[in-house]
Amino acid sequence: MKLTSILAATTALTMAAGAASAVDLTLVSWGGAYQKSQLKAYAEPYMAMHPDVNIIWDESSAEAVAKLRAMHEAGNLTWDLVDVDAADSFRLCDEGLALEYEPNDLLAPAPDGTSAADDFGAQIVNACYIPQIVYSTTFGYRTDMVGDTPPSNICDVFDLEKYPGKRSLEKRPINNMEWALLCDGVAKDDIYSVLATDEGQQQALAKLGTIKDQVIWWSAGADTPQLLADGEVVMGSTYNGRLFSAIVEQNQPIGMLWDAQVFSFDGWVIPADLPEDRLALVKDFLFFATDTQRLADQAKYISYGPARASSAPLVGKLDGTDIDMAPYMPTDPANAQNVFYYNFEFWADYRDDIDAKFQAWLAG
Amino acid sequence: MSDMTDTGPMRAADGTPLKKSLARALRRQKLRALALIAPLLIFVLVTFVVPIGDMLFRSVENQIVSDTLPNTIQRLAGWNPDSGEIPDEAVFAALAVDFQAAAEEKNHTKLGTRLNYENPGMSSLFRKTGRGADDIGKNFQKTFTGFDKAWGKGEAWAALLGSDKWLAATEGWTKDAGPEPKFSARDEAEFALPLTTGVYRSFARVARADGKKAAADTKPWPVLFNALAEDISSASPEAIAAIGGPSADLLKSAAQGLSSAEPISYKDTFVAIDKGWADLGTWQTIQAYAGDYTPGYFLNAVDLEKGTDGIKKRPDQQRIYLMLFWRTIWMSMLITGCCLLLGYPVAWILANLRASTANVLMILVLLPFWTSLLVRTSAWKVLLQQQGVINDVLVWLGLVDDANRLVLINNQFGTIVAMTHILLPFMILPLYSVMKTIPPAYLRAAKSLGATNWTAFWRVYFPQSVPGIGAGAILCYILAIGYYITPELVGGTQGVFISNRIAFHISSSLNWGLAAALGAILLGAVLLLYYVYDKIVGIDNVKLG
Repeated sequence: MKLTSILAATTALTMAAGAASAVDLTLVSWGGAYQKSQLKAYAEPYMAMHPDVNIIWDESSAEAVAKLRAMHEAGNLTWDLVDVDAADSFRLCDEGLALEYEPNDLLAPAPDGTSAADDFGAQIVNACYIPQIVYSTTFGYRTDMVGDTPPSNICDVFDLEKYPGKRSLEKRPINNMEWALLCDGVAKDDIYSVLATDEGQQQALAKLGTIKDQVIWWSAGADTPQLLADGEVVMGSTYNGRLFSAIVEQNQPIGMLWDAQVFSFDGWVIPADLPEDRLALVKDFLFFATDTQRLADQAKYISYGPARASSAPLVGKLDGTDIDMAPYMPTDPANAQNVFYYNFEFWADYRDDIDAKFQAWLAG
Repeated sequence: MSDMTDTGPMRAADGTPLKKSLARALRRQKLRALALIAPLLIFVLVTFVVPIGDMLFRSVENQIVSDTLPNTIQRLAGWNPDSGEIPDEAVFAALAVDFQAAAEEKNHTKLGTRLNYENPGMSSLFRKTGRGADDIGKNFQKTFTGFDKAWGKGEAWAALLGSDKWLAATEGWTKDAGPEPKFSARDEAEFALPLTTGVYRSFARVARADGKKAAADTKPWPVLFNALAEDISSASPEAIAAIGGPSADLLKSAAQGLSSAEPISYKDTFVAIDKGWADLGTWQTIQAYAGDYTPGYFLNAVDLEKGTDGIKKRPDQQRIYLMLFWRTIWMSMLITGCCLLLGYPVAWILANLRASTANVLMILVLLPFWTSLLVRTSAWKVLLQQQGVINDVLVWLGLVDDANRLVLINNQFGTIVAMTHILLPFMILPLYSVMKTIPPAYLRAAKSLGATNWTAFWRVYFPQSVPGIGAGAILCYILAIGYYITPELVGGTQGVFISNRIAFHISSSLNWGLAAALGAILLGAVLLLYYVYDKIVGIDNVKLG
């Protein structure tokens, strides 16, 4: 009798010790609805499968490159897996801060047997990048402030006569310069070669100059939906997921403009020089979190398209509602008729130079 | 009197001269005092001075170029950037070796990022070349292994380039025995095969850091073959014959084999990978930034740039920093002035009310202190925006036309209003504590002697409150000059400060060198203003209470 109770107590203690030695997995993401979609679609199911793994979130993706560089220099790496946009992944990969990986070794194949490398396809934009979602930077407009003809063309942004009122644009040259050239008569295929020249940059700035005093410049993704909701601006650029929540979840009188929206990706990078045991855990998590079903699940919570081709047919309705996600997806054929593809290589080269000119132009 | 001259200097009880004994006692006291503050001093040094110094040092540091392309830089020294011709074959040969060696450790893209700050396009040039340059070495590898299979193994290379001492020490080494002995080169090999030895040194270092296999058991990098071919073609046969050791014969036969091989053009190979290498600007940039230290970041921070013909102003469309420095200084002064204008009467009321009432009002002053900076700033957004509270009220009162609502935010006005509000407590608190110490009797005395209200205030009260103004103004000004969150949120394009650019370069563009240079200038400007302030007002006249 006594013996059994001692045994039971010992077992309980051992289990408690086991729980106490749970391993931490630190994921870095963007916070907000996007991080919540990751939590619901892969982090929570993974923790349910592995009770000894404790997932910790760090909402530092916006400064991930700088912080990772600082951690690397200090030799104190506290992150295990970092969510960054594709442009930042180039810089991390260039600086040797992100691990290069082999898609077919690390990632699960599609259910039909297609290899991971083929399933993700060109969305693996560099050797370090593990894409999760595709998103678009596009324009939202106030349906009650644009009259009977809502904007349908990207150049309506530059048309102050047809759509008077303020616009919000991101306070950086990326995307704005491309749109400006596009609406100044430059052919879509020539945009980046024009933008590489000084004259092309001046041309883009001159076009932006025509609406400069009607622009509110934003730096956080939440700004434009807020400005639209307040009626401060008649239209503004932001990520399509942000507009989706303003329209569907907050019932704001906002419409979406699907023309020349800039198509880009968001995904994971593994920090370089992770210790072996942590790397093994990260790989295990990644294999699960990037498989076909998990990426499709994520689209139940946010209107970003899954990065795998095999996930697309599985996309359904907004979690707990009857709202079809497809019309809000950047990957939906109706929305993707005139897509503008972000040129990562170009911006990796010209980002600093054009930004210096853009900022001087803004301040001038 | 005569006694004094007889006994010489005064002495302490134990006979040592009094002066000396006193000095010793004082020194001991000082040391004890120093020991007491030592923990704090060390803490401040380690956590504050050293990191800041390290960060500021980045504003001139530039070793990355000569570390990554050592041989290229050396050979490039003789090239004239104004000649209108790109460098000759010898430089390209060194570049091939340097580049592949850098690519093995993924350093080439780091250098590309660094040089891209000076010349856009370098980043992709380096990234692309890193992918292509590997083939050069692989071709040489084929040639060498064609001569003898032994070249494909690490052993031959270790025997060729390592000193006898190192070879003996590393013989039989396994990873369980701790770190591998550090590589040392064979003297004759280093003399005759400088490029190869240099590359092998990095190779041995990487193998050692990896710690799994001995350098002699590690597969040689393709670049080693390239470097060796290059060395053999430029070394004299005697120098090569002088190299001893187990691989001597292997080397001789390879040298013989190579003499009949067709030479390759490195220049053409590189230009074929990316035509950026045929661009004069690429080489001018590399040469201009070849030094270990560079004034480039500081020049950039004051809107200058280094061209081939000396220092010149940047083009108009790129000048921004001087204007931002100036704006930061004058707007901070204006904000400090606003704080003083608003804060002085408040502090006066607080200091002259009954203690119980003053305490309640003091909470109102302190309350914003306890509210998050972001919340306060966002509250100003709600108030000031065009569809915001203030504009709504003005329209409702009929003072402003609905179509022409006032623009109160996303401009300098927004920054000034929000920052004045945030910094107000820093002005009120020192003013209040100084005013508390001014006896009200002085004002009454002045009035009873016939002074008007104004004279009594201006001649009697105000001069006594100056130390509080000094303290409040310094606090507000120094805080204002370094602010960036508030200007970023409410400043639009015209109301942002230099700190916004510093933050941008730290966290977004990753140009830490430029950020450090801007920060150093800002720090210098603050210290200079502090010095001027000390000369005019006197720092002794500053009181916090």
